Amino acid sequence: MRFMMLVKHAEKCDTPPKEFMDAMARIAEEAVKAGTMVVSGGLAPTGKSTRVRLSRGQVAAIDGPFSEAKEVVGGFAILEFKSKEEAIEGALQFMELHRKFWPGWEGETEVRQVLGPEAFAPEA
Amino acid sequence: MTTAHPHSAIDAVWRIESARIIAGLTRIVRDVGLAEELAQDALVAALEQWPESGIPDNPGAWLMATAKHRAIDMFRRNKLLERKHEELGRELKTQQESAVADFDIANDDDIGDDLLRLVFISCHPVLSTEARVALTLRLLGGLTTEEIARAFLVPEPTVAQRIVRAKRTLTEAHVPFEVPRGPELAGRLSSVLEVIYLVFNEGYSATAGDDWMRPALCEDALRLGRILAELAPNEPEVHGLVALMEIQASRAHARTGPAGEPILLLEQDRGRWDHMLIRRGLAAFERAEELGGALGPYALQAAIAACHARAGTAAETDWKRIAALYDVLSRLMPSPVVELNRAVAVAMAFGPAAGLELADALASEPSLKAYHLLPSVRADFLLKLGRLTEARAEFERAASLTRNARERELLLNRAGACAAQARPQ
Repeated sequence: MRFMMLVKHAEKCDTPPKEFMDAMARIAEEAVKAGTMVVSGGLAPTGKSTRVRLSRGQVAAIDGPFSEAKEVVGGFAILEFKSKEEAIEGALQFMELHRKFWPGWEGETEVRQVLGPEAFAPEA
Repeated sequence: MTTAHPHSAIDAVWRIESARIIAGLTRIVRDVGLAEELAQDALVAALEQWPESGIPDNPGAWLMATAKHRAIDMFRRNKLLERKHEELGRELKTQQESAVADFDIANDDDIGDDLLRLVFISCHPVLSTEARVALTLRLLGGLTTEEIARAFLVPEPTVAQRIVRAKRTLTEAHVPFEVPRGPELAGRLSSVLEVIYLVFNEGYSATAGDDWMRPALCEDALRLGRILAELAPNEPEVHGLVALMEIQASRAHARTGPAGEPILLLEQDRGRWDHMLIRRGLAAFERAEELGGALGPYALQAAIAACHARAGTAAETDWKRIAALYDVLSRLMPSPVVELNRAVAVAMAFGPAAGLELADALASEPSLKAYHLLPSVRADFLLKLGRLTEARAEFERAASLTRNARERELLLNRAGACAAQARPQ
């Protein structure tokens, strides 16, 4: 089963301390060694991003930053686990890293299952 | 840390950590069965304590330390192996003194080595294949006896017995806890890869109505393969096997039609192929290639699978390359099925006459006597050569050999089409 981890935090965010970046690199390496890592990435700040929105029949592109947003997605990972419980356990350990190595950081990791093609397959 | 469902969270931790704990313990106590018992003791302690105290920050380290304490208690009680006791005591003391025990890099390498040793032990040739599969899934896959039984459609007591006997055999044979070296390595590694691929194929053969633990075996095999690839990164056949499994798994949802009938690769809807798995498979294959040397059997099969995976449509397939790869494979790993696949590739690359020549050579092959794809493939070649009467007979023969009703219908339709075409206008 595949799960996407969406790491969200407040728009205004300092640069992470070196100890945190080192710990992140280690945990990513562990996931590769455990055969669970599919892909992971950090996202550029919203100041450099664009939202393309469809609303009231109009499509428009709006450039960031988005100061009205309370939380933005800062990074993501897709991992393969046997169960949702394992995915949650992984996310808990990931957040523990933040607590230990990035004091003062607040935010959350949302754990969402990535639906496979079987979810869209026609009924047999 | 609070968690809504402590018991299932502990199960999750166990599945993630158990292999490394058992591996580390095996190095210390030198007995796989004992190591597993000690690890299970630690799990019991966790189930008793964590619901109240919460799951520790580093659950793996907690379980390992608990198991090691149990081992020390056991040695004290037995008054055996005093030297082991000292080793153990020393080791625990060092860990307590280490400030960053959580992320100790050296410790990490040790565990990697131990895991690799555990892989080789659980796939030891002194064990029967079934025993190797059960033990590997249990110790490295973290599957329970019940899960293994459901996955392989055997009674639970049978699996339990297999595992008990396997551990006893390893103890009695004094199998050393080490990574094989030199000339021994290739054969032992081949035994490990065989176990993993067997698990994969068992999962791949599962059909729609089966217990979900069965297709889940593909994921278990893939995970074991990927872990092994990180533990033994310089072994090209490991990457080859991983590549093969990733690419095969990518077709899982395109392989069967609505009536459960198998859909041949060339007729599959490629939009249903999992492209994330294909990318991973191609990356794994690259790692095999980068290591240099001639491609082994798994890497060759992966190369063939990769040719198909890279083609956006069946028409874009590089048949000449596939035919060349099958040439090498048929010399390295001769088998009638490989030869039949080679015939198909050769026909696509060089014309039906060339393919037919190879297929005809298989006519008297005993293992293919009841294999419907042989006459089906021959029929296809004969049809393309305009030999309609013979093609029809072969389609009908293929129809009589297949057990799938829908497939039989399709083959009979093709036979009928030949008959219609052959009729004088």
